[in-house]
Amino acid sequence: MLETCDLGHARHGHDLLAAVSQRFAPGRLHAVIGPNGAGKSTLLRLLAREWPATHGQVRLDKRPLTDWPAAELARRRALLPQQHGLAFAFSATEVVALGRLHARRRTPPAERAIVAAALDSAGAAHLAARRYPELSGGERARVQLARVLAQIWDEAEGPRYLLLDEPTAHLDLTFQHACLRLARAWAARGVGVIAVLHDPNLVLAYADEVSVLRGGRLFAHGEPRTILDPALMREVYGLATQRIDGSDGQRWLAVARD
Amino acid sequence: MPAAMIPAFRLTPLRCGLLLAAVAVAAFVWALASGPLTIPASHVLAGLFRPDALDPTERTVIHALRLPRALAAMLVGGGLAIAGCSFQAVLRNPLADPSFIGVSGGAAVAAAACLALLGSQAAGPLPAQALIGLAALLGGLASAALVLGIARVDGDPQPVTLLLAGLAVNAFAAGLLGLIAYAANDPTLRAITLWLFGSLGRAGWAELAIAAPLIIAAALQLWRDAPALNALLLGEAEAAHIGVDVAALKRRAIALGVVCTALAVAVAGVIGFIGLMVPHMLRMRLGPDHRALLPLSFLGGAALLGCADTVARLALQPTEVPVGIVCALLGAPFFLALLLRWRRSPDLA
Repeated sequence: MLETCDLGHARHGHDLLAAVSQRFAPGRLHAVIGPNGAGKSTLLRLLAREWPATHGQVRLDKRPLTDWPAAELARRRALLPQQHGLAFAFSATEVVALGRLHARRRTPPAERAIVAAALDSAGAAHLAARRYPELSGGERARVQLARVLAQIWDEAEGPRYLLLDEPTAHLDLTFQHACLRLARAWAARGVGVIAVLHDPNLVLAYADEVSVLRGGRLFAHGEPRTILDPALMREVYGLATQRIDGSDGQRWLAVARD
Repeated sequence: MPAAMIPAFRLTPLRCGLLLAAVAVAAFVWALASGPLTIPASHVLAGLFRPDALDPTERTVIHALRLPRALAAMLVGGGLAIAGCSFQAVLRNPLADPSFIGVSGGAAVAAAACLALLGSQAAGPLPAQALIGLAALLGGLASAALVLGIARVDGDPQPVTLLLAGLAVNAFAAGLLGLIAYAANDPTLRAITLWLFGSLGRAGWAELAIAAPLIIAAALQLWRDAPALNALLLGEAEAAHIGVDVAALKRRAIALGVVCTALAVAVAGVIGFIGLMVPHMLRMRLGPDHRALLPLSFLGGAALLGCADTVARLALQPTEVPVGIVCALLGAPFFLALLLRWRRSPDLA
């Protein structure tokens, strides 16, 4: 179980995130939404131990994140960052293989099979031999997704976590949905998926639960269909929205023109 | 003949390594065979394994003069190239080379000061060679710490500040070197000047005994870190997510690069370009995987400086040209020609 306890992070005397206490259960797709600057990426960085908590703590399996050895932590959680800068000319396959640095050693053919499978599940099998700097933004995002999947491909001693920072940002419509379907499939296998998203309709369609951040604080948390409504959208985003219920039980929030 | 008709030859890391090793061996034999006294290659090979097969003059020339010098040339070349490769990886800056963060400047000043003060006397129990090596090491570490410290903002070295701080420290070092040379007496002045342009003329068994174990140990440790250095190319945060202890890795790789550079400077003075050129050429052909790139850089630097030093000894007999000048005169045009051919390579984007 990954959980935060009164978690906060301040930089230059300014609170980027404060007083977040939240449990992220394995086997669920947990969405994090909120306006720009609400602290979504900060939360993900704290959950991944990229940044230290300046207040409170993050615990994995009841053990503070700061106590985890780096290699062990690397087998338990992976983070897909927003930016994918890499100027050196690795091939896509090599980039994905970098994610396997601390994975349990296997034979080279087994390693190659895992890298190929990760590329395939991220929809990037056809990019395997291409050089990374020659790829488009969306292609890079898929290769990086494959790298992150390869990192936590093996079963570990406890539940694994997949942290996705705006995974759909550079992707076309087809791959946005493919990416979230993949996240659902991983959640179904017992992996805790925590994804920062912007589109409330993607949250409604795919997420099991959602945390809404505003101004560095947790504004609301719960099941998407119960908390994402026009009142919350007005309160958090200042937007007028209309709820649309499809005949198949699907629900949408449409932004009104004025 | 159009390019398409040439059968495709893919340069794999293994083939490249075999090629470079062959060049290095050839350079080694060439270095032992050539000079004022020409010794046939067959004698050289026989003499390496059975010294008594040689006549006394040949034996002295090979074992006392040419063998330590040839080994030192290869060690210095390999050390500079692998140091350049590690600085480029850690700073994720393809412009980085051993002089880039002021290491060779600082090492040169400290070693020259030591040389000027001591002459060639031993101080207490330590031979002069060990003192010069130690001084170079301290000078190199101090300037690296200074440059990296100045360029650090929020714990991260900023590329442009780093470049500027490195340039400033190198300029300051050049000024200090000028001052030392200006104040020195004639024989010391000649020694310092020769050494500033880079020369293996002083390299003997004592220098080799001090530098070789340290450079080789540093190079091997860098090679062990190759997978982590690869991960570091993704970015520091990403490397940390994969499980790399980024701060420790950076400290270690920079310190090991400084050890290689400073000892190379202590043995042979300032030889530019190898640390920049060799890793770049290899990266353009083979890609950025440090598991192959680091050892091949060492081999490539060794082969290159092995050849260059023999050219330096033979070019203007009976005197010799400083090998740093040979490296610059041969290396720069060659590198420019390669850039012209490979400028569309994605590594140069």
